[in-house]
Amino acid sequence: MQTNLLWHNSWIYMKTVIPLRLGEALPIMLNKEQTFYVKQSWDGKCFKPLSPDTFSKLKEANKKSGGSTNSLTKSPLHPLDIICSPKNETERVVRSVTKKKNVEMEIESKHSASKSSLSKERHSRRVANGMKTPTARKKLQLNSPTKSPRGKLSGSDVLELLGDDCDAMSEPSAAKRKVKFTGILGSPPKMSCSNDEPKSMFDSAEHEQRLSDTIRLSPYSKVRDSSEEENLHTKEDTICLTGHQKLGGQSPLVTPRSHRRCAQKTSARIAEQISLLNTLESDKKEDFLSSSGSSYSSSEEEENEVLRTPKRNSKSSRIFSTPKSSRKSSVHTPAKTPKKTPLPATPKTPRNATPEIPKRSHAARKPASILEEARLRLHVSAIPESLPCREEEFQDIYNFVESKLIDGTGGCMYISGVPGTGKTATVHEVIRCLQQAAENDELPSFQFIEINGMKLTDPHQAYVPILELLTGQKVTATHAAALLAKLFSTPGPKRKTTVLIVDELDLLWTRKQNVMYNLFDWPTQKHSKLIILAIANTMDLPERIMMNRVASRLGLTRMSFQPYTYKQLQQIISSRLSNMKAFEEDAIQLVSRKVAALSGDARRCLDICRRATEICEFASQKNTSGIVRMAHITEAIDEMFSSPYINAIRSASLHEQIFLKAILAEFRRAGVEEATVQQVYHQHVALCRIEGMQSPTVSEIMAVCSRLGACRLLLVESSNKYLHMRVRLNISQDDVMYALKD
Amino acid sequence: MSKRKSKESSSANGECISQVQRILRERFCHHHATGKPFGIEHQYRHLLELLKRTTVHGESNSALIIGPRGSGKTMLLNHVLKELMEIKQVRENLLEVHLNGLLQTNDKVALKEITRQLHLENVVGDKVFGSFAENLAFLLEALRKGDRTSSCPVLFILDEFDLFVHHKNQTLLYNLFDVSQSAQTPVTVIGLTCRQDILELLEKRVKSRFSHRQIYLMNSFDFKQYIKIFKEQLSLPAEFLDESFAQKWNNNVQHLSEDKTVQDMLQNLFHYSKDLRSLHLLLMLALSNVTVHHPLITASDLHEASKQYRMDSKANIVHGLSVLEICLIIAMKHLNDVYEGEPFNFQMVYNEFQKFMQRKAHCMYNFEKPVVMKAFEHLLQLELVKPIERPSVRAQREYLLMKLLLDNNQIMDALQAYPNCPTDVKQWATSSLSWL
Repeated sequence: MQTNLLWHNSWIYMKTVIPLRLGEALPIMLNKEQTFYVKQSWDGKCFKPLSPDTFSKLKEANKKSGGSTNSLTKSPLHPLDIICSPKNETERVVRSVTKKKNVEMEIESKHSASKSSLSKERHSRRVANGMKTPTARKKLQLNSPTKSPRGKLSGSDVLELLGDDCDAMSEPSAAKRKVKFTGILGSPPKMSCSNDEPKSMFDSAEHEQRLSDTIRLSPYSKVRDSSEEENLHTKEDTICLTGHQKLGGQSPLVTPRSHRRCAQKTSARIAEQISLLNTLESDKKEDFLSSSGSSYSSSEEEENEVLRTPKRNSKSSRIFSTPKSSRKSSVHTPAKTPKKTPLPATPKTPRNATPEIPKRSHAARKPASILEEARLRLHVSAIPESLPCREEEFQDIYNFVESKLIDGTGGCMYISGVPGTGKTATVHEVIRCLQQAAENDELPSFQFIEINGMKLTDPHQAYVPILELLTGQKVTATHAAALLAKLFSTPGPKRKTTVLIVDELDLLWTRKQNVMYNLFDWPTQKHSKLIILAIANTMDLPERIMMNRVASRLGLTRMSFQPYTYKQLQQIISSRLSNMKAFEEDAIQLVSRKVAALSGDARRCLDICRRATEICEFASQKNTSGIVRMAHITEAIDEMFSSPYINAIRSASLHEQIFLKAILAEFRRAGVEEATVQQVYHQHVALCRIEGMQSPTVSEIMAVCSRLGACRLLLVESSNKYLHMRVRLNISQDDVMYALKD
Repeated sequence: MSKRKSKESSSANGECISQVQRILRERFCHHHATGKPFGIEHQYRHLLELLKRTTVHGESNSALIIGPRGSGKTMLLNHVLKELMEIKQVRENLLEVHLNGLLQTNDKVALKEITRQLHLENVVGDKVFGSFAENLAFLLEALRKGDRTSSCPVLFILDEFDLFVHHKNQTLLYNLFDVSQSAQTPVTVIGLTCRQDILELLEKRVKSRFSHRQIYLMNSFDFKQYIKIFKEQLSLPAEFLDESFAQKWNNNVQHLSEDKTVQDMLQNLFHYSKDLRSLHLLLMLALSNVTVHHPLITASDLHEASKQYRMDSKANIVHGLSVLEICLIIAMKHLNDVYEGEPFNFQMVYNEFQKFMQRKAHCMYNFEKPVVMKAFEHLLQLELVKPIERPSVRAQREYLLMKLLLDNNQIMDALQAYPNCPTDVKQWATSSLSWL
């Protein structure tokens, strides 16, 4: 009862409660403050119209609370909440709660109903903070301004509470479940707000509808399943939960469009708020600066993220907050995220101060024509919103990492595939989704590290970036190895799981293989919590180059990326060119078939397309047709893959050609595909005699020979052997014959 | 009077001549581009567009310019860069990094050079650069920081690209191409190489990241164009200080290009090599004959130059040998004929020489063995003879196996030109059995 009173008081001080008479229409929510509309009273059993004295009392209270909220908004202590408040308004479910003077609220969340003293305490605190139902709690967790009266509770307290809530959520209890049912689905207050509910329900439905439309590589369903298992909630609960999360928090999968719309709704208010909050500017400066390039919507988004996951730093969370921004900064995101964690402005080591390529003085020109736009999108560096044709691999890797994350264990996975099959891109996409899920608290948070064998000068250097990204220390390779071994073998109190991507694994090979051994040994240790995704080109790498003890530690979790088939390549191009009429359908098919037959390398495919747009552009300056046709593609392919040797021979000088003929003649005479220059020289002189030409001197022949050798039409020995230098053809004799025949 | 006049004109001429020498020598030696490149308009456009897109749109690219030596790869690139630099927006927006495979022989040196040319070393301060690994991390970090729209594009020009391929793991190439294929600082990597098989040398991962743009330069002009180049290279520019002299000079060049013997000579050169550098070399030789008293290049000058140019280097050495040394070479030639190119040693040569002495020659050429040995060693020093294995301490010098580095044709040609060659030696050279 005491808690109820407390709650009541805080409620009154907090909110502007506006009682409404029956039948009175609900005013449109445009106010800045939190407003509760009350229509009916609840006496524990049924709803009644409000009594007149309630009106008068609440009015009186309103006056008070109006003052208090104003002071609250100006307080610099609570920047996050205040900035978020308008957002909250747009999203929140408007609920009218009936009250009497002696309110006896029976509505209880499943958490508050928990019998343990701990949860009771929690409950009381929560109630003191004016939270009532799980819905309300959820709101707070996301972006609620619901605060303790007069701002006595600082943000950290709220966070603590959130943490408690999470804990409580994972406690399985039958009672909880039961109460949950009544609390959320069957409780009268829920019904009481039914006149407002449909709208919000519709909103959420709309949200979800869009989501499901746009999901490609979404781990969404899986996440739900796993959280179901883990939290031991009933199915309904989980759905309810996820629903709320979806509604409230910007789900990772919100399309840019929908995101923009809801952002638009709030951006106007945000502007108002910000003008109110001049005092807060200084605190928030960093965030604003970092997001100055993006619109209000994204900056606001950031703050939401910050509130939701306050322990993580704002940078890493921002990267994935909007599809737009993630796309912009996507390439360095995965590698950078953990790196940036310390203050981004200050360098990690004073010695290697942040190097930077100078800024350009003129802005990069925007693509002007369709072809230029297409070329931009077809560039390998352009990150598509989704990775088509790798859904299965994505899902497998995602499941693997996710399960390890949830279990809090370590493990290795070996991923192989020829170059240009999207291995690294897929793995990065997985990490991106996992990070997003971790932000939404669907997964335990983790640390992400990437090393690339090709970007190291020596295999042993691999330890250095790992340690640097984990702890920020910068030491030598051997020392780093020792520190890492210690780090992974001893149990850390609050160690996060580490996901380590080892790209180009084969380059980490050493004679003793201790780098590979260590990398794959750490995950097997009990406390390491290390997940390794090793990427290389050959499928049988573990069997071929690894010692048994290393291969055994790597385990049998393998995945191989098959080269793209022509249909997949076609899909990749089409998805990049989404509804742009730059390519003929046949042209796309031609290039996909060609590349699929050659290598299945997506990079090659994109490069050919890009070159074809250039050729098309070049051609279309004469006759204006801005679409890439088969002819352009064919030309591009010819340019890239035709053997240069035939042309090189044809454009060689006469004596060079005769020399090649002489070589063929000498080969035929000797029956061996190798000859000394002296032998060829004799043939050459003979040929010249037949042609009636002046026979060359040995010096000239040597010059001709070395020229052909420099082009690698011939393979020649070092020239200090002079006449006894041996020559061989670098191309087949048939090719030479073909080139010289005319 | 008339003498004085001629002196005046000769001094005026002298100034003109020295001007001509200066202009043309600069043209031939520094490979100063004269006029527009011809026959490569397509390649020119391709490269120009490519670099323009890099600078203007910030698009990353990679390309290789492939062609035999002297086909104008660097010339093409320089021309394109020159034209690009005329655009203000480009001039202020482009960072260039020039690397040469012959200078940057490993990735460590190359990285330092890149850092220096990008002026990133000032970030490091006066600190001496750290380890190779740090350098690489440093540079990659710098390149990763940028993005397409805001960073200044960087143009990497790798001369002698094929030599970079031999660096360990091709780390530098991998990283450069990787940057060019990801959304980092816009870079364009241009490689210049004469190897046609360059793509086969790239490691598969590096190859996949390379965009496969290849610009081929093939010297695919015919003889008519070659004559035109000859005229262009030799004629004086319109802004020459003495107009009448320039007129005279150019008329002379026109005449030369129509002369039959000159055309034959050029044709011959053209048949040997389409490399324009060889033409430059020839013209340079002819140009050095031009003096005040001989103010215009004549056909005979060119002919002389061509003769000099085509001279066989080894045969030239033979001209300067003593009779004894010639005799030894002839002995070796006979040994080669008898044993079908099998290696020989000094003793065999000496025996052969002795045979000739005893049968044919009179005491006139009778030399002591040590003297013959000395002559043999002189041949060894001139590299007319080459030991087939390294000389070891234990093996006696007389019995070291050798090979002759001269062809029979060369020996016979040299003997024809050898002054005062004794007749019996000549006879002996034509046939080892001549004494019978």
